[in-house]
Amino acid sequence: MSQNTKNYYLPGPSFWPLIASISLFLLAGGFTMVINKVAMGTPLMIAGGLCLGYLLYGWFAEVIGESVSKSYNKQVDKSFRWGMGWFIFSEVMFFFGFFGALFYTRNVSLPWLADAHGLTGAAALWPGFQAMWPSAGPAATEALTVIPAWGLPAINTLLLLASGVTLTWAHWGLMKNNRKQLTIGLILTIALGVLFLFLQAHEYGEAEFTIKSGIYGATFYMLTGFHGLHVTMGVIMLSIILFRVLKGHFDSHDHFGFEAVAWYWHFVDVVWLFLFIFVYWL
Amino acid sequence: MSTTTATHHDDHAHDSHGHPTGLMRWVKSTNHKDIGTMYLWFSFTMFLFAGAMAMGIRAELFQPGLQFVQPETFNQLTTLHGLIMIFGAIMPAFVGFANWMVPMMIGAPDMAFPRLNNMSFWLLIPAAILLVSSIFVPGGAVAGGWTMYPPLSVQGGMSVDMSVFALHILGVSSIVGSINIITTIFNMRAPGMTLMKMPMFVWTWLITAYLLIAAMPVLAGALTMLITDRHFGTHFFNAAGGGDPVLFQHVFWFFGHPEVYIMILPAFGILSTIIPTFARKPLFGYASMVYATAAIAVLSFVVWAHHMFTTGMPVAGQLFFMYSTMLISVPTGVKVFNWLATMWKGSMTFETPMLFSVAVVFLFTIGGFSGLVCAILPVDIQLQDTYYVVAHFHYVLFSGAAMAIMGGVYYWLPKWTGHMYDETLGKWHFWLTTIAFNVTFFPMHFTGLAGMPRRIPDYSQQFAEFNMISSLGAFALGLSQLLFLYVVIKCIKGGAKATNQVWEGAEGLEWTVASPAPFHTFETPPQVK
Amino acid sequence: MNKKAIYFLGAALSSIGSTAQAEYGLNLKAPVTEIAGQIYDLHMLIVWICLGIFVVVFGIMFYSLYKHRKSVGHKAVQFHEHHTLEIIWTIIPALILLAIAFPATKTIFAMKDTTAADMTVKVTGYQWKWEYDYLDKDVKFISNLSTTQDQINNKAEKGENYLLEVDNPMVVPVGKKVRVILTASDVIHAWWVPEFGVKQDAIPGFIKETWFRAEKEGIYRGQCAELCGKAHGYMPIVVEVVAEDKYNEWLESKKAAAAAANAGADKEWTKDDLVANGKAVYEKNCAVCHQASGAGLPPAFPAITGGKVTTGPIADQLALILNGKNVMPAWKALLNDVEIASVIAYERNALGNSMGDFVQPSAVKAAR
Repeated sequence: MSQNTKNYYLPGPSFWPLIASISLFLLAGGFTMVINKVAMGTPLMIAGGLCLGYLLYGWFAEVIGESVSKSYNKQVDKSFRWGMGWFIFSEVMFFFGFFGALFYTRNVSLPWLADAHGLTGAAALWPGFQAMWPSAGPAATEALTVIPAWGLPAINTLLLLASGVTLTWAHWGLMKNNRKQLTIGLILTIALGVLFLFLQAHEYGEAEFTIKSGIYGATFYMLTGFHGLHVTMGVIMLSIILFRVLKGHFDSHDHFGFEAVAWYWHFVDVVWLFLFIFVYWL
Repeated sequence: MSTTTATHHDDHAHDSHGHPTGLMRWVKSTNHKDIGTMYLWFSFTMFLFAGAMAMGIRAELFQPGLQFVQPETFNQLTTLHGLIMIFGAIMPAFVGFANWMVPMMIGAPDMAFPRLNNMSFWLLIPAAILLVSSIFVPGGAVAGGWTMYPPLSVQGGMSVDMSVFALHILGVSSIVGSINIITTIFNMRAPGMTLMKMPMFVWTWLITAYLLIAAMPVLAGALTMLITDRHFGTHFFNAAGGGDPVLFQHVFWFFGHPEVYIMILPAFGILSTIIPTFARKPLFGYASMVYATAAIAVLSFVVWAHHMFTTGMPVAGQLFFMYSTMLISVPTGVKVFNWLATMWKGSMTFETPMLFSVAVVFLFTIGGFSGLVCAILPVDIQLQDTYYVVAHFHYVLFSGAAMAIMGGVYYWLPKWTGHMYDETLGKWHFWLTTIAFNVTFFPMHFTGLAGMPRRIPDYSQQFAEFNMISSLGAFALGLSQLLFLYVVIKCIKGGAKATNQVWEGAEGLEWTVASPAPFHTFETPPQVK
Repeated sequence: MNKKAIYFLGAALSSIGSTAQAEYGLNLKAPVTEIAGQIYDLHMLIVWICLGIFVVVFGIMFYSLYKHRKSVGHKAVQFHEHHTLEIIWTIIPALILLAIAFPATKTIFAMKDTTAADMTVKVTGYQWKWEYDYLDKDVKFISNLSTTQDQINNKAEKGENYLLEVDNPMVVPVGKKVRVILTASDVIHAWWVPEFGVKQDAIPGFIKETWFRAEKEGIYRGQCAELCGKAHGYMPIVVEVVAEDKYNEWLESKKAAAAAANAGADKEWTKDDLVANGKAVYEKNCAVCHQASGAGLPPAFPAITGGKVTTGPIADQLALILNGKNVMPAWKALLNDVEIASVIAYERNALGNSMGDFVQPSAVKAAR
């Protein structure tokens, strides 16, 4: 079907884009129904999820097949690098939006609500409200007990930093064609990632505030939640790479799949550092 | 275009290596030309659909009092008109151009990721279904304006959720599409095609793609916060919990202002392609054009709060955003001057694409001037959320973006279909569109200055005359676009055979291939001197 | 004649002419405050500058379009760069911008200076009405659109101030600096009076401020300038600028009217009196969503006729009206006891309902 020109690999016609479209449609439509308490929402979402799983499995299997059969030349490899790089940049901007919200509420909204500008005097809407962080907002009735940075979050920081190191060690192994070092490095990285997720889930369970606890709860769960989601995806991706390593894929000069996942993992690490500093610590 | 491309598919069957035919050709396509064609048809369909909504709006505003629709329906019409025109008509049209032209202009065999390219297109369909079908859910379509400011949008029904998810999906489509375009431009250029030799259209799209990658995820973040505020009890936009409705506006416009340039930079690219062709003279100030485009893109990230001058920002914020906004007019002015200098001492002819381009330079500049007026904060206090703003952004988005798209369609239609379009009808379309557009939108400057707020279904009688004129213009404008449809279909069905070069003054790789462009072009990269 | 006098003359002329229906404006309204005057001047300055550039630039373009045509045999001259020219046309616009930025900056500082105000009025936006609270004066009232539904639906001839008239205008003394602090109860609204050069968003949960000093007596009309839902086009602002003694009289009359309304709360009412009184209250406050017929606009606005609340326990209805729920506003801040009791009686015993029960205003007072 597809033709392999001398210069650039051009894939033949593919059904996967349509499957992607259908799966996102089912997920979006189903989720809309679920949050609006319309019947049928859940089955639609399940169907969409299955569709998405089938899509990811099938499409990546196809790409991996093309890669293993050496359909790709250097130029295609470079395309993948550009693509992954800019994908990660778009993820950076996604988190940037939420961090922006955090900074804005802390530095602008809360002082304004506390009438730091002295605008209101007797007409104050929220008499007695003081701007401080953390805050659940002027209408909060209960005191906010937050998670101290130097407990679990600090341990989690160490775990993720360590996982970055083990992943780089695995990469060295790959470069030296030391498959054992590669495998062990990957397994360690995945284990650290899973442990991180486990501790994060534990922390959620122990937390004395919820996503409904004012702006603190909202920003906390939104940022850590999306980060946790990214770690989960990272762990899944690392597991696929481990599986491929065990099947004998990759060699010292042809392993962009490994590198892409490593970039992603390092990105997730860096986001965590910002989270640790601005959400837990300061 | 389906008919012709289908015929040329037969003509060039040897080119397509047994690709699927019929519907499957389009569904499974990994060909940049087919995908570009789908984008363009999608965009045109949405343009007519949202245009029909505008007809509803103008019918209601024809006279004071309520005649045709109730206020809640009116709000749905304005909101959907805005959302669909921006995300369904203008953006996909430019992506369609990028798909068709960027690989041919840089001598690439296709886009860097052909399958993802097709996915970008097919994601538009569920998004469009979600947006359009939201009209039929209980409570009606989203009615809080295309900007969806909370808390109003928190009040809305499930159509708000449908629209938000539609925008999420469109965001994925745009991001994937932009990654594809950036990668194509950086990695797939023919040997010898250095960055500073790239056609201007490719440059503007490269910069647009950066804007999209940086801006769309931020919109996704804002919309996600909106969904959690609506359904999961967060307080991002609720003061009681320490949040702030204005926060949404900041995040939204951090996306929204680059979005404005996403919708105009490719139009600049089209103008910079068409004007030199018909002036028979190279583009004046190519390098400064590139730098001006980049400057506009960078500045577009630091001007967002000029949409929020009436929210009561502190003085420092107001001054910063006023100055940065004024600054944008410098590189924009450079572009206009460059186009003028390109025309100067040329040997001009005025075929339909050139007519559209000259009109865009002229009318977009009017939009630029009204933009400068709005940038001056004290004046904006009087104009914000009035019909003056409606006039301003239609001068940039219709007579800027949409008319540049029309010019681009006429310009490249012979290359796409292999036939010349009907020049007489094209000129009719141009004059009808231009005149009707001005009749519709020029009076809005006056109604806005005189104090008519936007987004109202009914108005006091002092605005009656101008609104009636606007409505008459709008109906004519709407009808004229059916002529456009006819001209395009007629061109696809037949017409004088187009040469490879098509236009006497045309330069660039796309004019070296046959008309219609074969299914595959530049499988072996050309050498650029 | 100085500029201000010209504005005032223009405003006077236009107020004479305003009886004519067909009056339309081409420019900003004649200013009656210093800030509005500065805005007017700034706008004219920019318009003239733009017009100047426009004429020069497009003069050149149309000259070129005319002269440099192939059909008149013009041959293309192949040049594509000229550095001096490019630098000049980057610098000149920048200088022009500086010239505009300077006066604009001055006006911004003046606009933001709310100090040394003579009085403060707190304005609150509701869907879809404005509340004016004269701080320290103990005067507080709601201002509703007074154009009839029949005019809007083209069943009656439209009045002179169609859609720009209210039942209770804001009244301020001439020549005094009035500080306006703004908030909203539900969604974002914007308070805008063109002649004052004032437009400020009213944001729920936040206080924002602006100010004006009207220099000429008269009635000034504006509208809500931020989309706030279905009746966004129906919440005008009317400000009457009067002499100081007239303003004081008005304050007293407002206080007396409020006292009279409160007196009614302690008396025993009959059902029929409450129902009769409730019709006006309903049509003014409730009909915009629940419709004059009581049919509502489901699902957003439930029907009154046979509605779950209006035919359910009366205490629940009272609580809902007092405290609101979702889109339904909390009416306790907006209506007095008699009005709430009346509207409950009306909703349960008219509009196709006949529950027979009602609550006394005193019970409403107790439930607050």
